[in-house]
Amino acid sequence: MLEAKKTKKFERGIRKMKRILALVLVAVLTLGLAACGSQPAAPAQPSAPAASNDAPAAPAAPSGDGLIKVGIVNNPPSESGYRAANVADFEKVFTEANGYKTSTFYSLKNDEQLNAAQQFITDGVDYLLISAAATDGWTTVLENAKQAGIKVFLFDRMMNVDESLFEAAVISDMRKQGEMAVKWLLDLNLPEYNVVHIQGAMGSDAQIGRTGPLDEQFASGKMKCVVQQTATWDEATAKQIVESVINSGEKFNVVYAENDGMAKGAVAALDEAGITHGINPDGSPKEVIIIGFDCNTWALEELKKGNWNLDVQCSPFQAAVIDSMIKDLEAGKTLPEKIVINEETFFDARTITQEDIDKYGI
Amino acid sequence: MGNGLKKIARSQLIIPLIALLLLIVFNLIRDIEFFSITVKTDNSGNSVLSGNLISILNGASAVAIMSIGMTLITSSCKGQDISVAALAAIAGSVFVSVLRSNEITIPVIIIAFLFCTVIAVLFSLFNGVLVAVFKIQPMIATLILFSAGRSIAYWINGGATPTVQSPLLASIGGFIPGIPIPTPIIIMVIFLILISLVLRFTNLGLYTQVVGINEGTAHLNGINPVWIKLIAFIISGICVATAGCITVCRIGLINHETLLLDAEMDVILSVAIGGTALSGGKFNLYGSVLGAYVIQALTVTLYAMKVPSAAVKSYKAIVIILIVLISSPVVRSFTVKAYKKLFKKQEAKEIPVKAS
Repeated sequence: MLEAKKTKKFERGIRKMKRILALVLVAVLTLGLAACGSQPAAPAQPSAPAASNDAPAAPAAPSGDGLIKVGIVNNPPSESGYRAANVADFEKVFTEANGYKTSTFYSLKNDEQLNAAQQFITDGVDYLLISAAATDGWTTVLENAKQAGIKVFLFDRMMNVDESLFEAAVISDMRKQGEMAVKWLLDLNLPEYNVVHIQGAMGSDAQIGRTGPLDEQFASGKMKCVVQQTATWDEATAKQIVESVINSGEKFNVVYAENDGMAKGAVAALDEAGITHGINPDGSPKEVIIIGFDCNTWALEELKKGNWNLDVQCSPFQAAVIDSMIKDLEAGKTLPEKIVINEETFFDARTITQEDIDKYGI
Repeated sequence: MGNGLKKIARSQLIIPLIALLLLIVFNLIRDIEFFSITVKTDNSGNSVLSGNLISILNGASAVAIMSIGMTLITSSCKGQDISVAALAAIAGSVFVSVLRSNEITIPVIIIAFLFCTVIAVLFSLFNGVLVAVFKIQPMIATLILFSAGRSIAYWINGGATPTVQSPLLASIGGFIPGIPIPTPIIIMVIFLILISLVLRFTNLGLYTQVVGINEGTAHLNGINPVWIKLIAFIISGICVATAGCITVCRIGLINHETLLLDAEMDVILSVAIGGTALSGGKFNLYGSVLGAYVIQALTVTLYAMKVPSAAVKSYKAIVIILIVLISSPVVRSFTVKAYKKLFKKQEAKEIPVKAS
């Protein structure tokens, strides 16, 4: 009797345990999903102006006016400062005065971009310029374009398609940007490198490219990694990370932030702790060297004031290159290479001029 | 003694207190230096306090302020406002755009703050009307602003990362010359005092809980549930605007995409940790604020431990699951039972044997 009761109780206990376990698992999964989901969700928000801008539905005018008809599929300018400069650059180059009849479509969503590209093909544009929201799913559309005799250029982002489907791709090499920064650091010939490394959103192109070359230095032992932490591009988080390094009392002499905003956050933390940064009037580095990426105008101004040390460009200016390639094709020439790496540079606080700021700031 | 213990055990504050205590003990064992506070001279020549404790108190202030509003919304509307972080981005953008079109002086800052508060309250009221008048589920109603908010924030300034530079702003986001405590902490304390006074000298707290527990009863007793809910959203709007402005002042720049990124989840979590049921009803403001500090303490601890970047979120998730599990009714009643069994073991053993 007692035995039976006991086993019954035991069974009930097990059932209860199972239920709790299931709940825990569900909670883990949902939290995990929430954590993963929230990252891409931020940039991928449905933006109101996306659909309204120059809907591709508007039929292109008959090309009797001698203008080259161009359809541009891009991400909306609200995505980032980089994108805003990118969109402005294309608006500046592909004008009627320059010989183009341009239709543009902005969206962060791949399916909307695909529809728009298809619509441009139906409208019969001469050239299709695409910065894809996602790398996959473009093969069919590009094949359609090829059949219709439309020449395709990719800019800013590569996609997963056969190279025969596009004329050329003008892209940034994020890894090269990281290499430039690391080489610049090594050229300083500091007695030791104790680096605080603030990463962007994990898994993004820019993060992977800019982290790689520095990781190699850490691995080879040439530089010491004091802290390597992601701030998911967030300025305030970057500040907290640097605060925690300062509080730990560990020595560091380099802050390598993977974009300008995070570098600014790091500098705010240094300021509060009374640690100097940037360059002395004679050009020698102060206590901590500040490295940022992207070349925002305000960041270049910080360089000029000597508060930072280095800013590496991530060039949003691809329009001029594509423009000259289209002109070449129109003149009957062939393009020498499929993949064109956008030329990028960096600015040193010791040598930067006001002209650089005006020309390269975004 | 036993009675007092019971009282504490039943109190809503017990979970955040235990969580905080565990974090403190853990850090004490890990590294006593973690709690050291030092006086440093910052780059503008002020003497300021510095240390992990200050970092925790400072870093959590935005989330703590927002959790005050969220607690009231949760209690009265039986749901959460998931648009607070997006709304903070809007408020911050308005703040920055007013500052950028004027020379930055103290009156301009005050006007900018008031203006962005009004805008934030209006947006929050939009949520409030959907929830209170049209009786839409709060999460669905606020989903609109959650997804559109950051685009609106971008549209206000028309650029991605506009900057505002002024020593006055730096003293709001950092230190006021001569005061060694970070200003956000001071603002947080002022907020807490104000809201405590409101709750003490008005019936708002009581009414809010009544509406959350039983709307019908509230209505029969002459309380207008719609107004109580709207008031919660108005207060939340003020809190969110303040949090947004503080965050802008910290760095002197607004990035509409990353300002208080994912903070809505932290805010809701701190309300949950604070012992307020997410299904509405009884609430505990101090618990929510404490919850915000628990989350920040956890984050700072993870930074101090140098947890790898990719793993930070999973570590955080594990600790949070533990906290939420411990505070679940099942585990709680189990603990109470276990406690009773432990103390009345002898007698309890005798009875079933006799019965069988």
